[in-house]
Amino acid sequence: METFDRIEDIEIRLLLEALYHRYHYDFRNYAMSSIRRRLRQAREQMGVATISALQEAVLHDPDMLPKLLRYLTVQVSEMFRDPGYFRAIREKVVPHLKTYPSLKIWIAGCSSGEELYSFVILFREEGLEERTIFYATDINPDALAQAEAGVYQVDRIRLFTENHRRAGGRTSLSDHYRSGYDRCVFDRSLRRNVVFSDHSLVTDQVFGEMQLVSCRNVMIYFDRSLQDRAVGLFREALPRNGFLGLGAKETLRFSRHADAFRDFVREEKIYQRTGT
Amino acid sequence: MTGARRGAVMIGASAGALEVLSLILPRLESDFPLPVVVVVHVPPDRRSVLAAIFDAKCRLRAIEAEDKEPLAAGVICFAPPDYHLLIEDGDTIALSNEDQVLFSRPSIDVAFESAADVWGDAAIGIVLTGANQDGAMGLKAIAAAGGTAIVQDPGEAYARAMPEAAIAACPEALVLNADGILSYLQSIIR
Ligand SMILES: C[S@@+](CC[C@H](N)C(=O)[O-])C[C@H]1O[C@@H](n2cnc3c(N)ncnc32)[C@H](O)[C@@H]1O
Repeated sequence: METFDRIEDIEIRLLLEALYHRYHYDFRNYAMSSIRRRLRQAREQMGVATISALQEAVLHDPDMLPKLLRYLTVQVSEMFRDPGYFRAIREKVVPHLKTYPSLKIWIAGCSSGEELYSFVILFREEGLEERTIFYATDINPDALAQAEAGVYQVDRIRLFTENHRRAGGRTSLSDHYRSGYDRCVFDRSLRRNVVFSDHSLVTDQVFGEMQLVSCRNVMIYFDRSLQDRAVGLFREALPRNGFLGLGAKETLRFSRHADAFRDFVREEKIYQRTGT
Repeated sequence: MTGARRGAVMIGASAGALEVLSLILPRLESDFPLPVVVVVHVPPDRRSVLAAIFDAKCRLRAIEAEDKEPLAAGVICFAPPDYHLLIEDGDTIALSNEDQVLFSRPSIDVAFESAADVWGDAAIGIVLTGANQDGAMGLKAIAAAGGTAIVQDPGEAYARAMPEAAIAACPEALVLNADGILSYLQSIIR
């Protein structure tokens, strides 16, 4: 058992190395516990005996890459996930944002777009949409394509609607989509001010100054050194008094950059950039 | 830290968790030598009050884990609602919101399997009361890695399905009542 485990860890490291050299996807400093778990799932579901066999397949067949990315990047999202977070953005952050003539907002690790549309709808309700550019970035091209399409299964809408209401929504969520028999299509006007882009928090640089960065449930998949890199990017992108929102159980407590931020809404993991 | 022990006590519980945990955790001494990690099935949409309840009742400190929380001897760490909890090498906690496992997030299996990977024979897994199957595969993984597997006596459990599933998957597990589990944990000190 002991040797089996060690061999599997060697195989995982080699696979991640191979992905980096062949495709420039860098998962080498992701949290090992969940990478290990998801690669085991990939191995089982793709019907191969070893992680090395996955490596062989993905090195020689580029069509394998999207399949493997589905396992390596977790694509679970919800509109207005953790309604208290969006309520705090609305009640505490928006009043500050209203003082700016123009705004740039970065949704880092936007997955299939649920978090992005939550922000656009909230900004529309608060009269900020027209002066805002939203940057929605992710490393998973399939997820980005889905975000751009803005199409969701109709059976998810009940949850989205309930979350939106609890987030203090001023409109009806149904004002923003049309439903077909099993799908809901969000209004294309919601994408008027959105830039979708492939961007990695691990390998890419900052692309502008932002007033708000929302990066939720992305850095939990990183180890601490990678988290430091990502937070370093946010530090660079945010001017003094800019806002950073994290997922419900994420924290800057363990970050090298903790000093560059202060708690703004502590329970909702909304931080504000200090002058340092 | 010289002389620090490896591993942790991993506890999984579902229906009836509060009662049985109250028989065990408050009776642990303040010099308990291992971290304690507790995964209880809690509803996703609520703040959990477990850490606060046990912090008030216990000699040990009880907290709800945040991502990359370092484990420390004598600290009881509860899994937060709506996240899986995993153990990282280097003894920190990593959270994940991948899909539910057996309708649960947090999942006991996910936590226990990661503990088996990281600590091998130094992992201790304890499956308590519950009305489902979660924990069985995780306990089996801990036993297979040479760790210690313990199950609450189903006859004593508020809900017997979870302990029974764990015993079926892991026949070598020690089956103990709450007092027996406490005595086992107290014996770790010596
Ligand atoms: C669990 S989803 C979070 C979605 C959304 N932010 C939310 O909280 O609902 C994690 C996302 O992070 C993305 N991701 C993983 N590694 C990344 C990286 N290095 N840079 C940017 N995004 C990344 C994944 O592709 C995935 O879409």
